[in-house]
Amino acid sequence: MKKQLFALLFALVPFTAMAAPLPEQPHSMTPDINDQASLQRGMQLYVNYCLGCHSLEHQRFARAATDLGMPQDLVEENLIFSSELAYNDQMLTSMTRGDGESWFGVSPPDLTLFNRVKGSDYIYSYLLGFYRDPSQPLGVNNNVLEAPAMPNVLEPLQGVQEMVCAETDRPVDGAELDPLTGKYQSCEVMQVTRPGAMEPEEFEDAVYDLTNFLVYVGEPSKLQAQVLGPKVLIFIFIFGVLAYLLKREYWRDIH
Amino acid sequence: MGNPNRVKAESGFMRWVDDRFPATQMWQDHLSQYYAPKNFNFWYFFGSLALLILVNQILTGVWLTMSYNPSGEGAFASIEYIMRDVEYGWLIRYMHSTGASAFFVVIYLHMFRALLYGSYKAPRELVWIFGMALYLLLMAEAFMGYLLPWGQMSYWGAQVIISLFATIPFIGPDLAQWIRGDFLISGITLNRFFALHVVALPIVILALVVLHLIALHEVGSNNPDGIDIKAKKDESGKPLDGIPFHPYYTVKDVFGVAVFLFVFAAVIFYFPEGGGYFLERPNFEPANPMVTPDHIAPVWYFTPFYAILRAITFDIGPLQAEFLGVVFMGAAIAVLFVLPWLDRSPVNSMRYKGWMSKSMLLLFAVSFVILGVLGAIPATPIRTAVAQICTVLYFAFFLLMPFYTRMEKTKPVPERVTG
Repeated sequence: MKKQLFALLFALVPFTAMAAPLPEQPHSMTPDINDQASLQRGMQLYVNYCLGCHSLEHQRFARAATDLGMPQDLVEENLIFSSELAYNDQMLTSMTRGDGESWFGVSPPDLTLFNRVKGSDYIYSYLLGFYRDPSQPLGVNNNVLEAPAMPNVLEPLQGVQEMVCAETDRPVDGAELDPLTGKYQSCEVMQVTRPGAMEPEEFEDAVYDLTNFLVYVGEPSKLQAQVLGPKVLIFIFIFGVLAYLLKREYWRDIH
Repeated sequence: MGNPNRVKAESGFMRWVDDRFPATQMWQDHLSQYYAPKNFNFWYFFGSLALLILVNQILTGVWLTMSYNPSGEGAFASIEYIMRDVEYGWLIRYMHSTGASAFFVVIYLHMFRALLYGSYKAPRELVWIFGMALYLLLMAEAFMGYLLPWGQMSYWGAQVIISLFATIPFIGPDLAQWIRGDFLISGITLNRFFALHVVALPIVILALVVLHLIALHEVGSNNPDGIDIKAKKDESGKPLDGIPFHPYYTVKDVFGVAVFLFVFAAVIFYFPEGGGYFLERPNFEPANPMVTPDHIAPVWYFTPFYAILRAITFDIGPLQAEFLGVVFMGAAIAVLFVLPWLDRSPVNSMRYKGWMSKSMLLLFAVSFVILGVLGAIPATPIRTAVAQICTVLYFAFFLLMPFYTRMEKTKPVPERVTG
């Protein structure tokens, strides 16, 4: 029987081993959808800085409030700005598709499932990757997505970030390592040249929270799965032990 | 009342039923007095597991249908509605989507068992052919089901597969349009795939499962030694190496079910995307006929055949490479149907076949897995060359079988099963 279990596990190896890799991003983050404080801050940032253009058409305010542990009155007072939206409604933007297209060239996409398409590293790096570029129509470029159609809406928090020639600790493609300082000389170093409302670390934390919130929004049922999963697995395990004992009892007389 | 030759209960309610319907007789024929070889091993769990998954797919499918909206405008949003607003909708949906992949894992292992122990050989040719028809229908069922979430990969995957029909000379383009019901994949295609996925194909699949089991129970189960247990019987006519399916194999299979469910539930609760192979990332974007995804890959269970399709990169005479690819892909599945007549070995089980059969089966299994991996990733010249070698090995296993199974020296087969 041990051999059979082993064989079954062996048969399942290929499916865990060949996970489809996402392209590597400049920054990486590990989401934690159980960190309610982070998710609450993320949601606050989202409704203040993103919801003006990007809907979350499958996510309801009420569901987020319940999952993130926020009372209804606080959500209604502080997180629902549109007079057309109620507590049980989906988090829709007030901007029309037509306006989006005429202002930005493309209608800002819905972000409910963005994390499930692109992954959290992409969102996190994208939000950290804006830099000033006067050649762009909106004055900014991005080192994750070339020529973005959106402005750096978080600039008041982050400050003005520019791509400069400087030394950096992080290895950069094509840059040479200086053997004396142990640093890389690169002209693709991101530097905040004019401070914003937040310190750089503070800003990274804020972007983490925002990304974390989008991870939650991509799959709110993950919270339910975390609760139900262990119970179901323990049940099946006990059932399996009993089934094995029953099988052994029946098979005692087979030689 | 009823057929007097049938086994009937002595009295009571069952007697009343038996006089009108052969319930006790069927119970005995298929369970309590269906004698199965006592030496079934690990490989024999997958038949009952396939049945379990079929039931899972039908039940979860029925509940999904209650909230799904089969229209180009509403399909994608209705899936997210199921995932978020329907009570336990996420669980039902993940059970269904994970169930589809689990079905193919189990079916591939079930089919490999048949190759290993010669379960397709006389007198079990029809068991095998019904099984192959089931496999074919299951592929159609899975393909049509994958269109229903109406994501980018649903759309473009279907686009690629349907355009395969367009490569057939003369009738191709019209045929593809007839399948789509439109000039491109649209809500019309979605609606007809929905009808086929939830009504037509499940009915045929269920009917074939019944035929598969009736054929199996008529000739009896094979076993790892590949010998006929009915050749040695005791005084009462029961096979010496046979044991009643119920209770012995029902309790054993229940344990197999528990092990399977543990893994299945772990995937559902913790890795429902299967690393991007059960639910592909681009499928979380709504179908968009204007934007083609960077890399279109079929779901993992089709990738070996997709790799064969892409491996054919050359024209032969007037026949275009694209069409030949489709022909080879079709042939890769069609050749399985005639397998019972390709194997000329005097023995059934790989245990007693010679080194050539063993090596060919190993090469076949390895090339099938390699083709599966290659079909999931973008093609490069080296990968195409590897796929071509694996395609040759895939076909060599079948086409050379009449020769190597006859030429090789087999080992003596035991009189009784060896455990």
